[in-house]
Amino acid sequence: MFQSIDISHYIYLSTVIFSIGLFGVLFRRNAIILLMCIELMLNAVNLLFTALSTYMGDADGQIFVFFIMVVAAAEAAVGLAILVMVYRNTRKTDVSFLDKLKG
Amino acid sequence: MVTILIFLPFIGFLINGLLGKFLPKSIVGIIGTGTVLGSFILAFMCFNQLSSLTEGSIATDLYTFLQVGGLHIKFAFTFDKLSGMMALIITGIGTLIHLYSMGYMHDDEGYYKFFAYLNLFVFNMLVLVLGSNFIMLFFGWEGVGLCSYLLIGFWYKNVNFGKAARKAFVMNRIGDLGLLLGLFLIYQNFHSFDYKEVFAQIGLGQVSAFTLNSIGLLLFVGAMGKSAQIPLYTWLPDAMAGPTPVSALIHAATMVTAGIYLVVRSQVIFDQAEIAREVIMWVGLATSLFAAFIGLKQNDIKKVLAYSTVSQLGLMFVALGCGAYTAAMFHLTTHAFFKALLFLGSGSVIHGMHHEQDIRQMGGLKSKMPITYFTFLIGTLAISGFPLLSGFFSKDEILIHAFEHNKIVWGLSLFSAMITGIYMFRMFFLTFHGEYRNHHHAFEKVHESPITMTLPLMILAVLSVFGGLLNLPHFIAGHSISGALAHYLAPIYSFPEKEVELNATIEWILMGAAVAVFLIAFLYTRTKYLTKKSVPESDDQQEGLGKVLSNKFYVDEIYDAIFVKPIEKMGDFVDKWIDGFILKGFVDGFGKISQNASGLLSKIQNGNVEFYLIYMAVAVSILLAFNLF
Repeated sequence: MFQSIDISHYIYLSTVIFSIGLFGVLFRRNAIILLMCIELMLNAVNLLFTALSTYMGDADGQIFVFFIMVVAAAEAAVGLAILVMVYRNTRKTDVSFLDKLKG
Repeated sequence: MVTILIFLPFIGFLINGLLGKFLPKSIVGIIGTGTVLGSFILAFMCFNQLSSLTEGSIATDLYTFLQVGGLHIKFAFTFDKLSGMMALIITGIGTLIHLYSMGYMHDDEGYYKFFAYLNLFVFNMLVLVLGSNFIMLFFGWEGVGLCSYLLIGFWYKNVNFGKAARKAFVMNRIGDLGLLLGLFLIYQNFHSFDYKEVFAQIGLGQVSAFTLNSIGLLLFVGAMGKSAQIPLYTWLPDAMAGPTPVSALIHAATMVTAGIYLVVRSQVIFDQAEIAREVIMWVGLATSLFAAFIGLKQNDIKKVLAYSTVSQLGLMFVALGCGAYTAAMFHLTTHAFFKALLFLGSGSVIHGMHHEQDIRQMGGLKSKMPITYFTFLIGTLAISGFPLLSGFFSKDEILIHAFEHNKIVWGLSLFSAMITGIYMFRMFFLTFHGEYRNHHHAFEKVHESPITMTLPLMILAVLSVFGGLLNLPHFIAGHSISGALAHYLAPIYSFPEKEVELNATIEWILMGAAVAVFLIAFLYTRTKYLTKKSVPESDDQQEGLGKVLSNKFYVDEIYDAIFVKPIEKMGDFVDKWIDGFILKGFVDGFGKISQNASGLLSKIQNGNVEFYLIYMAVAVSILLAFNLF
């Protein structure tokens, strides 16, 4: 059943999800949405990894996915913690407001 | 011994220069005077030793201080008859003037500095005359130039004095260039700087007259600067900005005679350089007349003496030009006596008058300052050629040589001697005789100077009277005592000096002419300033020739227009365009460019995370695109 779906579909799908994530990161201002978009991008990559892993008959890609999930979980935890602190201090979740790094 | 003699003043300089600030004035003065006196005693001992030595010189070789290829320059001194005589004059008169300065500079805050400079000067002057090669001479030459600069500008807080010092330095520098070129030419031809070697090689007679003339002329350019001859003389009158003892020691008795010493020392060269000698003679004569004329209309007591010094130096060069080296040295010696006396006397007047230098403001000082008056009278008589005083004999000897060489030169020199008499007596009468021409309460305050100042005056007065005994003409005295100086100096000449072949009658007539000229000068000034009591007009009332003279023939203005102004213009140009526009534009331009660029770039870094992400995404896309296509 799996074999009936062509590898190219997986690639298109993950590309679309990645692009949605990327554009979301670039153009949305809400920090929560930013984090979600980052998750989207990561998971798009994950999807591509598993698909290609099966296609190639190699388990390496699937192992890699676990690592990425661990990193993504950690990143989400840290990111949300930062977000909570930012919200407490500024009462906002808008990232365009955070321009203290201005040179 | 010669080494100690030279370095004693240097030690004095070090002590006074480094520690003088912490020492009481009396000790500073004693160190300054004592070291020079010590040098004088040593010089005298060397001088006595000299007569018993067969080789005629005491040579001291310290070490080789420069060695390049085949060139060895030794730090060496030679005490021979010529340098010994100069050393005696320098240290002898130096001692008197140091003693005098203890009184004259007593209230000056730069007391220790003054003595340090003065000691340094004596040291350099001794190096100049006692060095045994041209490089040592050059070393001393520059050293005395430096000390002269420091001492002229001693009261540097007065801007004009500072400018006078600078002028002296620059003028001397022009002469130094000539001297330096002369030295190069000597080295190129003889591959040595040592007096002995160079003169021995010239003595072989294989050097072309052209070379010798060129060397002679270049050395003379150096002498022109140091001894204040046309066209480089203008610094000497301005040098009177320095304290009076400095004028006496440096700008009358010793340093300015360095040019004479140089020529006499290089006598071997000049003996064969006919053209150079002719040039020296005419330049000397022109200077002598020119300066004497200017001296007629000066009203600053020191300026008169300054122009008189220039004039007398010119006369010495006339003697050198005629090949009468002994006569020049003779006049140098007597001039050192009476001109130092006159300068110190004028210093005493200035001191007594509380720093008034204008002779129009003086008069009648005779009663107030008897010692100064009397010694000054002797100095005046000596310089104007009163019979049997030192200046009479030395000037007469020059005139006789001039007469033998060229009648016109003789006539003009005699004329110059007459003008000398006129301006000296004019100054003398205006200062000491007649009525006091300033406020009367000021006259009350005029006082005689302390003993430290009058003692040197008296010693110098004695020397001025009897200095003539050094070299009496043989038609007056017998052959046994006449021409002592000529006999004394004879060994240092490689060619025997030519004897003047005139019969006694002519010599008597020449001497009579000199006396007549003196009398004319004396009577003329006596009637004008003593009987008629005329006082020179103030500067803006001058007209015609008098105005030209009192403005010194406008030479300073001419130099200013020809040399100083264009150089200043050039400086302005470089400052404004090369430095201010081109270089500044370059440097500032680079600064501006990086500033603007950074301004542009800093806009990119606006601190907003979104934009950073966009840059990143775009950059990654570009990289990917590169990889793909």
